[in-house]
Formats: sequence, C-alpha cells, structure tokens
Amino acid sequence: MRQFLLFFTIITVGFVFISRLFYLQVYSSPANNLYDDNAIRKVYDYPKRGFVYDRNGTLLVSNQSSYDVMVIPREVKPLDTIEFCNLLKIDKAQFIKTYKKAYHYSPRLPYVFVSHLSKEDYAVLQEKMRKYEGFYIQKRSLRHYEASIGANVLGDIGEVNNANIKKDPYYKMGDLIGKQGVELSYEDVLRGKKGIKFIQKNRFNKNIGPYKEGKFDTLPIPGKDIKISIDAKLQAYGEQLMQHKHGGIIAIEPSTGEILAMISAPTYDPNSLVGRKRSQNFTKLYNDSISKPTYDRSLLAQYPPGSPFKVLNALIGLQEGVVTTEDKFTCNHGYSYGNRKMGCHGHPSPLSMNMGIYESCNSYFANVYRRIIEKYDTPYEGMNVWNKHVSSFGLGNYLGYDLKIGSPGRIPSGDFYDKWYGKNRWRTTFTLSNAIGQGEIEATPIQLANMVAAIANRGYFYTPHIIKSIEGQEIDANFTTPKHTTIDKENFEPVVQGMFDVYNKGTAANLQVKGIEICGKTGTAENFTKIDGVKTQLTDHSIFVAFAPKDNPKIAIAVFVENGYWGSRFAGRIATLMIEKYLTGTITRTDLEKMDFKS
Amino acid sequence: MIRVTNRHFSFDWITIIIFMLLVGFGWLNIVSSSHVGETLDYLDFSQPYGKQLIFIGLTIGLIIIILSIEAKFYERFASVIYIISMLSLVGLFIFGKNVNGATSWYGIGGMTFQPSEFAKAATALAIAKYVSDLQTDIRRFPDQIRTFIIILVPAFLILLQNDAGSTIVYGAFFFVLYREGLPQIYLTLAVSVVSIAILSLKFGPIVTSIIGVIIIFTRYFLSKKKPIIFQPILITIIVIAMSASVHFFYDNVLQAHQKDRISLWLKLEKDPTKIAEMRRDILYNLYESEKAISSGGFRGRGFMEGTRTTGKFVPEQHTDYIFSTVGEEWGFIGSSLVIILFVLLMLRVLHLAELQKSQFSRIYGYAVAAILFFHFMINIGMVMGLIPTIGIPLPFFSYGGSGLWGFTILLFIFIKLDSNRINEW
Repeated sequence: MRQFLLFFTIITVGFVFISRLFYLQVYSSPANNLYDDNAIRKVYDYPKRGFVYDRNGTLLVSNQSSYDVMVIPREVKPLDTIEFCNLLKIDKAQFIKTYKKAYHYSPRLPYVFVSHLSKEDYAVLQEKMRKYEGFYIQKRSLRHYEASIGANVLGDIGEVNNANIKKDPYYKMGDLIGKQGVELSYEDVLRGKKGIKFIQKNRFNKNIGPYKEGKFDTLPIPGKDIKISIDAKLQAYGEQLMQHKHGGIIAIEPSTGEILAMISAPTYDPNSLVGRKRSQNFTKLYNDSISKPTYDRSLLAQYPPGSPFKVLNALIGLQEGVVTTEDKFTCNHGYSYGNRKMGCHGHPSPLSMNMGIYESCNSYFANVYRRIIEKYDTPYEGMNVWNKHVSSFGLGNYLGYDLKIGSPGRIPSGDFYDKWYGKNRWRTTFTLSNAIGQGEIEATPIQLANMVAAIANRGYFYTPHIIKSIEGQEIDANFTTPKHTTIDKENFEPVVQGMFDVYNKGTAANLQVKGIEICGKTGTAENFTKIDGVKTQLTDHSIFVAFAPKDNPKIAIAVFVENGYWGSRFAGRIATLMIEKYLTGTITRTDLEKMDFKS
Repeated sequence: MIRVTNRHFSFDWITIIIFMLLVGFGWLNIVSSSHVGETLDYLDFSQPYGKQLIFIGLTIGLIIIILSIEAKFYERFASVIYIISMLSLVGLFIFGKNVNGATSWYGIGGMTFQPSEFAKAATALAIAKYVSDLQTDIRRFPDQIRTFIIILVPAFLILLQNDAGSTIVYGAFFFVLYREGLPQIYLTLAVSVVSIAILSLKFGPIVTSIIGVIIIFTRYFLSKKKPIIFQPILITIIVIAMSASVHFFYDNVLQAHQKDRISLWLKLEKDPTKIAEMRRDILYNLYESEKAISSGGFRGRGFMEGTRTTGKFVPEQHTDYIFSTVGEEWGFIGSSLVIILFVLLMLRVLHLAELQKSQFSRIYGYAVAAILFFHFMINIGMVMGLIPTIGIPLPFFSYGGSGLWGFTILLFIFIKLDSNRINEW
C-alpha cells in the first residue's frame, strides 16, 4: 500500500491541474478580441468630418482646429506658475484646483488642463511650451458654423454618451457624435471612419511597439461632404423676419420635396454650442422655459391648423361628389345647428366655393363638411372616409422626413370619437369644428407646408427632406418617389383658384406682390389654455400657408406665429416676403418688411 | 563483454526524452517571456534566453560527466557530497549575495550560483545512503531522529537565508520515508497538524476542537482493541491546545506577506476594501498570471504572440511564472501537455525506483520523484491560483542555471543508478 501514496498523489494533482486549466482556459476564457485586450492600446486616428453646403453650394459647416493643454501630473517639474497662468489666462487658484483634479484622476495619464485655446493664445503658448515639462498641447477638431443661421437645421456635435456606445460599439468614450439636426441625421456619412492603430503596451502602460508590425491597423476614411436643400439666403432672411417672435416657418420645393427653409423662432447661434462653452450655453438654452430655443417649433409644435385646413374639406367635398363648385350656401354671420352657432365674420352671402375659400367662410365649410360625413350611413363610416382623404396628405402621422425629431399631429377618425363619446353616441355636428380646422385636428408646420406642396402639385407630394446630395452616394429613394393623394387632379383647379383669389380679393389682398401669382390661405388658430383649471382663451396664433407661382410652383410655405392675432397680420406678411425673396431675390414690399424688422 | 557494451545503451531513454522535451519547450517559453524589442537574436547572450542557451549547452557536458562516473561512486561518496553541500550553504552566511531579500547566492564574476539548488540532490543521496544502511531501521525512533536531522539541517539553513519556498521542498522526503516504513503515526500526525491549522484559521478553534473530539472518540469506540481511556483524552487536550495556539503562531511567527497570502487563500479577510488592497499589492502577480493563462484559451495565441507575455504583464514570468507563458501562448493543449509530461516523468521515475534492486537506488529514485513533485505541485498550483504564493522554480522550465543544473544532477544520478541495476546482484 505504502508505495502507492505518492503515485496516487501525483495522478490526483495532475488531474486537478488539468481541470483548473480547463476552467481557466476553456470554460471562463474571454473571447480573444483585440479591442477588449487591455494589453493592447488602441489609438484612434480621427478623419476629417464632412462639410455641409447649402443647395447653392454655400459652405455652412466646416471644421476648425482647437488646442487643448494637456497635463501628465507625474511628469510635471517645478515651474513658474504665475507666468504659466498668465499665458493660459487662468488664475493660480484655478491652476491648483485643476492640477489636483488631474492628479486625482491619474498621476500618469493625460488630463485636459485647459481646453479649447484660441488660435492667438495657442500661437503665444506654443513658443514657450517646452519650458513646462509634463504639459503639452493636443490638437482637436471642432465644428465651425460659417454663418450663424439654421441652428435647428444643422444641429451640433458633442461627446458620445453611454447609450450611444451601447448602441454602436464603433463609438468609444470621448468620441464626438452628431447630437441634433443634420449632424445627427447624416452622422454616418459625415463622420467617415476612424483609423486605428494597435499598440502593444507593457505593464507600466508604456508603448513598446506596434502590435504585429501594424498588420491590423487601418487608415481613417474621411467623412463625406453633403449638400442640404436649405437655401442659406432664404433661411437667413426667414430668421431675420422671425426675430422677437415665437413660431416656425417651413418652405418646401413642391417639385422635389426639398426643404428650402426651416425656421424656428427664437433661435440661437450654432457657434455658441462649439468648444469650451458648449455645455454651459446648452444648459442655458435648455433651461429657458419661456422662449424654448432648443424646441424646434417648425417640426415639433402641434397646433390646430385653422382655416388653411378648409381647402382640404373643399377638395374632399369635390372628390366625394357631395358639392360642386357652383353650389351656394348662405352665411348669416355664422352657421346655426341645434341651439348652437359657429360664428363667422361679415361678408357677402350666399357663397360659392371660390368665394367660400377666399372669404374663408366658416358657414360654407360647415355645410360642405356635413355633406361629406352625412353621405354615409353612419357618422362613423363618414368620419373614416374623411380621415383617409386627409391622411393621404401626410397629416395625422409622422411624415418620414430625414430629421430625427417630429410630432405626429392628429386627425380624428370614427374610432377616435367612438372612444371619446362612446360607440355611436355622437353625431356629425359634434365634430363640426373639423370643418374649419379647429377642434380635434392638430398639425405641425412641416405637415402644413407639405399639404400645401401637395395642393401646389395638384395631387401628390414628395416626402420632405433636408438632404440634397451626398458626395458619391445616392440619397434615400423614398425621397424621390412621389406619394399620391386620394384626390383627383381636376378637383384641385377650383381650389387653387380660390387660394389665388385669397390674394386677389380675399383675406390677404393687402399682401399682393406685383408680378408673382401667389396662392395662399390665412388661418387663425384659437389658443386655449388652462390657467388655474379654468379654460381661458389667449391671443390667437397667426397661421398662413401659400405657394407660388400658381402654375409650375417653386415654393410652398407654411408660417406659424404664436400669439400673432389673425392670419394675415404676421404669418401672411412673412410668407409673402419669403416667397418674394426666394423667387426674385429682392424685396419690393419693403413696407411689409419694415414692420417685422421693427417689432 | 556484453555487459560492457550494454552499459551505454541501458539508460532509460523514456526519462531522457521527456527531460529533453521539457528543457527544449521550457527554453522556447523563456525566449518568449524574456524577449524585449523588435528583433530577436537567439544567440544574444546578454538576454536571459541567450544565457539559458549556454546553461543548456553546459548541461550536456554535465550529463556526460554524471553518466560516466561509476554508479557506486554516488553511494560511496554520498556523505562527502552531503557535507560539502552543507558547507556551501553555511558559507552563504559569510560570502552570500542578497538577491530579492534572500541570501541564497554566491556571486562569482558576473555569474551567480545558488547552492540550495544542489543541496536537494545531496540530501537525497545522504538520506538514501543512511536509510539503506543495514544498521538503520526507520521504524526505530533514534534512527528516525537521525534521519530527520539529515533533512532538517539543509532545510533550516535555507530558511535562515530567507528562502522559505525552498525549505518547504524538504517536506518531499516525507514521501520517501513513508515508503521505507516510517510509522503510520507520522502520516496521521502530518495530516492532523495541517488540518487543524487550516480549520482553526478558517473556522476558529472551537469548531476545530469539536470536530477533533468527534473524530478521536469515534475512532476510540470503533476500535476493537481499546487502549486505556486516558489516551484519547490526552490527544483531545493536545488537539485543543494546538488549535488554540494556531492563531498565536499565525499572528506572531509568520511574516506579514506570508499572512496575507494565507489570508487571501483561505478567504479569511472579510473587509472588501482590504481584500481589494491585498489583491492589488500581493496578488498582482497571480492576477496577471491567471489572466495570461485565461487569455490563451483552448489553442493559445501562438509562439511569441501572447500580448500579455509580450507586454511583460506577469512579473518574474521567465522564472517562477514561466507556466503562465505556456498558458497564454500554447493554450489548453500546450499546458495540458506540459502537465502530462511532468506526470509521466514522475511516474516513470517512481516506476523505475520500484524496480531497483538496491535499496539505495530505490530510496534515491523515490526522493527524485518526490522532489520533482513538490516543485511541480507548488509552482503550477501557485501560478494557477490554487495554493498561496510560494516562489520556487518549475523544474527544467524556469530560467536559471543553478536550478537547471540542480535538477539535471538530481535526475541523471538516478538515471545512472538505474542503468547500473543489472550489475547489482
């Protein structure tokens, strides 16, 4: 027996060792991925981010160099602190505070000591830098916005957050990513692809040479330049007109769906979100709960569209065959139903369709709307048919444009009212506000502009988009495919004529511009809010939609001014000026312009 | 005449081939773990891998000498060799050179020489000689004491040089003596002392005492020939006294780093921040070595391709932690192969030892297997985090001339003795 003790002990230990090896190397071994190997340093080489141009080739966004002063605390030798602080334009207390922070972070890793030096400071500092051991200057690339316009369109870039990294492992801590606007929408195109170098390090975290002679290293691929559909001059002009107001403008080229201008007021200088002051400025903008400059009203604000919506009811009436252009309705300062009355302003009566549109008669459209809904056996059925027609104009749901924010708007259907009032417990008259674009209907400015573009095209639209072209790449085919409405082409002519007469003899007659045939529609959206639980009416919102020229239209526009009283007072004026500016490049109605620049 | 011609070919070639495989493979791993920089010149003698190549070259000469000497020489001169070896250990106190806190080296010119690596073979010879002597009966207490003295002299000298790891290796002789008839009581005693120490540290003296009492009295009542009741009571008192004094020994006799290692191994420390601190400070090597082994995966990263080896993440990787290089670059396949080779080598030596006709050769062979086994178990167990950190080399693998020569001498004297067994009638 005795001679087997060592024998079995050896075999047992050998078996235990192989089991342990199996546990370490097979069972719990990490996947051999170079990216996760902490013996390999990954050094990224960042490509140039693509430039952004407007539709005419004007440079909007480029890159600028920025210089950070970095520190490696362990390598710092005693220095002339006062001189150094003067060069960096900081005081000594701050110097000590930052140094302590850096030391606390890690004595041997680089830490940003002062970020985003100006070019002038950099020039001075660079000469003297070698006197300060442990400090060095690191170059970074920042965005530069050539003109201070279109903050809501262009967006900005910032450091990635954890969610970004989780979603796409391409991004590493400290990388920059598009946060809003075009920078966000076309991030993949603009950013390019960073290059990577794998470097073998030793246990003291020092580089000891390229991993496998750089076999796996890659070169950066520069970002692509893009052209966006914005017209920089029109955008700038729109922003100028909208200053001191709250609201939004969207202008679309009907023949392509390209967004020509996208204005949200109040806005801010996109350059304020670049560099050292970014987070400070962003917080300031974000916390401004009255002006809400970071809230893009042109895409997000959802309001009852008011009178511009009436033209849709006219189109649906014609399409459903419940009204002809010649049918006349009387208006006795409003439309009475049951014991209620929908008011209207003073104008001749009775009215045909043409006059109904240009006078914006509530009574006329109440009649048309009732005929549409009551054509069907139940209001439920009628409501759904009506909803189908309206939805075909891109209302009531997300439009699908290439900016990442938006609101769906709201177009009620039969189910909507069934839910609200109970099944079959409602009648057409309950929904009569829909006739004049009030009540349950809500739409965003871009939806309204798109609706106008569809009317301007007489029956179809292209999904609005901000991209015009990408260097060496096609844009999304979805943006070049027309979307047809449910309304036949011939039904548009009388409605377009009505909108034309809005300028000729209707509610916007005072806004005519010589030589341009503008078709438009004023709107006034009532503005209710609850103050201390009581429904209170505030100053109405001013709305205006238009397109021009009447034939072969080049621009469709929707303007929305919060608390702007009635349609033609602010919105109509601005829409008209925008159209003139875009089509002719000059302004003849300087009298109109002055009012906006002053107010 | 036939006998004479046979003599040159009767060496056990299986053992020799395994030896060569281990040395060769060991050297490849030394290259990988000690190489720095872009270019690799295998003959760069300023680097450890170059030096090791010289040591290996000299080993061939050493082997030829060992095998040429008459087998009887080792038996006859065993005591002389032992005494010279002990003197070389004593001499360290006067001429020794301190490296890493241990005074275990002689510095001669640029070379260093570690006598403790040779003392193992010398002690093995001395034990074989003494125990195989016709006058000696290991079952007798006075002879046991003399045997223990032969073992404890080098062990104690090495401990005084602050090389606790090498001291532990002398525990290997227990297997040898046990095989030769050391009374059972010693095994029981050894197992009991280790169990009491571990149990007391882990669960406290009270639990340990209760377990002890249960075992002692169960044994007492189950045994047919009952000794007087006084015996189990006495043993119980000893057990309780021992388990009570373990903490005193642990707190006052052990050095701080030894305590920390044991504490981490037995998971004695409960405070997580303290644990983290200890891990960072004393388990850094182990952490890195386990990580390197893990990152090898099933197939390994390939020769010179291990990123943690290239980056020198594991300290002392070409000496005590050489097995982590095997783990990273040769994976589960390569590491298992190394373990299998070692196991085969030890079993082969054991097998041959049992075949010996002379008691001297058998005891010596047993000692060789046991010493190799202790090194193997402690070194690889440590590198894989199975036992507390004890710094001793992996035979034939680790960098170092003294170690390589010490093990070569140890093994090849046995090969020589074995080749001679035909002559011993």
